[in-house]
Amino acid sequence: MRVVIVGAGEVGSTIAESLADSHDVVVIDIDADRVESLTYSHDVLPIEGDGSDIGVLEEAGVAEADMLIASTDDDETNIVTCGAAKVVSDAFTIARVKNPKYLTAWERARSAFGVDFMVCSDLLTAEAIVSLAGLPTAQDVDTFADGLVQMTEFEIPAESPIANQTVAEADRFDSLTFAAIIRDGEVVIPTGETRIEGGDEVIAIGSPDSIRAFGSAIAPEEKGPKDVVIVGGGEIGYQTARLLEQSGFTPRLIEQDEDRARWLAENLPKTTVLNSDATDQELLDQENVGMADLLVAALENDQQNLLATLLAKRKGTDRAITVVNTGDFAELFEAVGVDVAVSPRKATAEEITRFTRARRAENVAIIEGDKAEVLELEVDAESVLAGRSIREATSDIPEGVVIGAITRGDEHITPRGDTVVREGDHVVVFVDTAVLDEVTDLL
Amino acid sequence: MSTRRRLRVDWRTSVSLIGTVLKALTAPLVATALVALAYNEPLLPFLGPAVLTLGAGVGLERLERGDLGLREGYLMVALTWLAIAVVGALPFLVAGEGTLGAPINALFESTSGVTTTGATVVESFDAHGRSIHLWRSTLQWMGGLGILVIAVAVLSQLSVGGAQLMETESQTQDVNKLAPSIEETARLLGWIYAGLTGLMILSWLGLGAVGLAPEVSLYSAVAHAFTAVSTAGFSPRPGSLGAFSPAIQWVTIPFMFFGATNFVLLYHLTRGNPSRLKNSDEFRFYLAVVLGLTGLTAVFLVASDEFASAEQTVRHSLFQVVSILTTTGYATVDFDLWSPAAKHMLFLAMFSGGMAGSTTCSIKTLRWLVVVKSFRRDLFREIHPHAIRPVRLSGQVVDEEVVRDVYAYVLLSVVIFVLLTVFVVTDAARVGLEIGEFEALGAAAATFLNIGPAFGIAGPYGSYADFPRTTKVAFIVMMWVGRIEIIPVLVLLTPAFWRS
Repeated sequence: MRVVIVGAGEVGSTIAESLADSHDVVVIDIDADRVESLTYSHDVLPIEGDGSDIGVLEEAGVAEADMLIASTDDDETNIVTCGAAKVVSDAFTIARVKNPKYLTAWERARSAFGVDFMVCSDLLTAEAIVSLAGLPTAQDVDTFADGLVQMTEFEIPAESPIANQTVAEADRFDSLTFAAIIRDGEVVIPTGETRIEGGDEVIAIGSPDSIRAFGSAIAPEEKGPKDVVIVGGGEIGYQTARLLEQSGFTPRLIEQDEDRARWLAENLPKTTVLNSDATDQELLDQENVGMADLLVAALENDQQNLLATLLAKRKGTDRAITVVNTGDFAELFEAVGVDVAVSPRKATAEEITRFTRARRAENVAIIEGDKAEVLELEVDAESVLAGRSIREATSDIPEGVVIGAITRGDEHITPRGDTVVREGDHVVVFVDTAVLDEVTDLL
Repeated sequence: MSTRRRLRVDWRTSVSLIGTVLKALTAPLVATALVALAYNEPLLPFLGPAVLTLGAGVGLERLERGDLGLREGYLMVALTWLAIAVVGALPFLVAGEGTLGAPINALFESTSGVTTTGATVVESFDAHGRSIHLWRSTLQWMGGLGILVIAVAVLSQLSVGGAQLMETESQTQDVNKLAPSIEETARLLGWIYAGLTGLMILSWLGLGAVGLAPEVSLYSAVAHAFTAVSTAGFSPRPGSLGAFSPAIQWVTIPFMFFGATNFVLLYHLTRGNPSRLKNSDEFRFYLAVVLGLTGLTAVFLVASDEFASAEQTVRHSLFQVVSILTTTGYATVDFDLWSPAAKHMLFLAMFSGGMAGSTTCSIKTLRWLVVVKSFRRDLFREIHPHAIRPVRLSGQVVDEEVVRDVYAYVLLSVVIFVLLTVFVVTDAARVGLEIGEFEALGAAAATFLNIGPAFGIAGPYGSYADFPRTTKVAFIVMMWVGRIEIIPVLVLLTPAFWRS
């Protein structure tokens, strides 16, 4: 597949990197230095120029391309680039935007602006933060099948009642599947006898209700957060506050820029907006940030986010969800005290990656830095699952695959051995990266 | 033309527009003359001024008319009320009956009429014919209609305090203006006003027809509908609403109440959309203030054994609070004889007023609500010094500049009220008129805030006739200043207004 990527920033170069091995990748960027550094680091064809310029696009061979990904830092440029590409090409166009207003317009007519798929990274990030906020021990949450199915990665604390139980003991929930356990960085596909240990990360797939029930079984004494403090009123902070307001929270939001703070205060009626520096210790004491149940750090800068998080944790804040823009920092942040590091780039990459597969997945969640993936696939006639029970199909499916949930129309079906899968069903499967290509062909 | 405007206010345009207003005044004068004809009363008090007004109107209209700018708008608003007051005084002068025959009294009564105040200098109600009494009511009805139209058409353009807020409030309801053009909006509000008036006439006549109020005539129904919906308060009867049966008193309460409700919200109510009214922060506040003060008044009346039955206590306290708070000024009883506690509840009500965008006067609930909300915000900021919390009305953010204007307006109102009180007391002392401080406070509030009756000699069954001439002049000026919301008059007094 020939893929043209416009914009070689964080998002663009990550996508380029992951695609370079198996696809022909052309990267366009306006910045000469970035283009040069790409030339040396990845097996891609770099072109220096303005991606919204049709001449540059043609030079990049967009006419023969199968896909165009516009991922510059500028929303308008990305949209215009897709529009320009459509003039000379049939390529599938993906635009990344920050401001949800374009997404709102695009969702009304899914071909608007010449954009075939639009990804709003800030909104995705905010949604991820809000889902995580409601699940105290969750590290990662993704939704599938229009919200019927959730995939959640839970960290099991040593003192949890679930710790030292076998999977069969712990699985008291009807529509929940224990897809995998990640122990010391290794993926373990559990059986009923597998014992869950403290420090394990459990990947559970199931209905949102059962996920929530499992979450409270892991940490029964943890109530959902009441007092939420958001640091940083950029687009992610704003969207997070807005979504929290919708779920009945009255968060506090700290924003340093006065004009922005005023704008936020006017647009977030239930949020208390504080105009100050989030690393100002006096403010943190004055506002009792230490008493907060949850801190969301959503500043533009990773270092400041870490600082704000560590300060708040030191003051006694229960849990911190921190936005990490540089993907490599995520692990480090979690090692030094951040409870959950959320990466807007990962959320964006998950959305975009699914289109680059030979077979298009409906949704993709990437587990633990690409060790595994959770995919949502529509079962077609060629699938090994079609018309067979899961027990029958299992013999044709390699190791490292777990069928987590099935949806048929609006209905959620818990997969058991004798469940018969039909054509048109959506299956949510956990797949080890090693067998990914093989499995996407089979299912 | 344009060069001249840049230099100073184009007064010709303003005055020319007033000419149009004067010309229009011929219609009510002729209409009242027809009523006089029907009652066999002299026609000259109306036909004479009609001819005079028509002439003056046509004459003034001939002045060169340019575009109505900001300055011309202020000048026009300020002068219109004065001009109508002068024309309105002519029938009283020409008729020359009773206290109204004196020029200062005629002007006082007329100003009190068009400003929808309702303070009267009439001492003997029988001395005047039915047509003169109807003219008093007509002046008030026109004054109420005028303020609605001016508020929509002119004040909203000039961004004067209340109107600016009214805009904020209506924006909340997703409509800035009901109809695309100001003219159309004014017409719609005019129809609601006329509709309310018609409804009140019908309900009075209906009560009369079923025998609940045998004392009602078409004349009294019209005369009172004119002054209830305009929240103005003149009555042809010396006993005001006290001369009517309890059923009439009950049924009049909602008309005063809705006369002081935002007409934009009433428009939506008539369109089968009551949610806008129900969800309005100001409406809820208005309702709460009315019910709160009524409750307190009732408690104080019970404490002083004022009335024999619970129905009487509830009726009189509700009626009187609504009447004073909406700045109507009717009386069902001589509340001047109530206990001091109950009287002071009414005194308090004077400073509230009804909703912005209605015919009400005084400070208005919208301003008080903004004051309350922004003060609550300030207290919140004492605890959270870094918090940014905008003041919201029905969810809509109120501009900080507007909040400041509102504080300034309230402060200005209080200062003017105090100064007027001091003036009333010293002027009375000068001529040897005995007047108590509470009477002076009441009279100053009742005129400046356009309520009408106060306490003591200016009480509901009293008259302003005994005040010294200089005090009457001060009252006339203050009724005028209060009705057009102070600012348009003060602007005229700034040198910058007249210079380039």
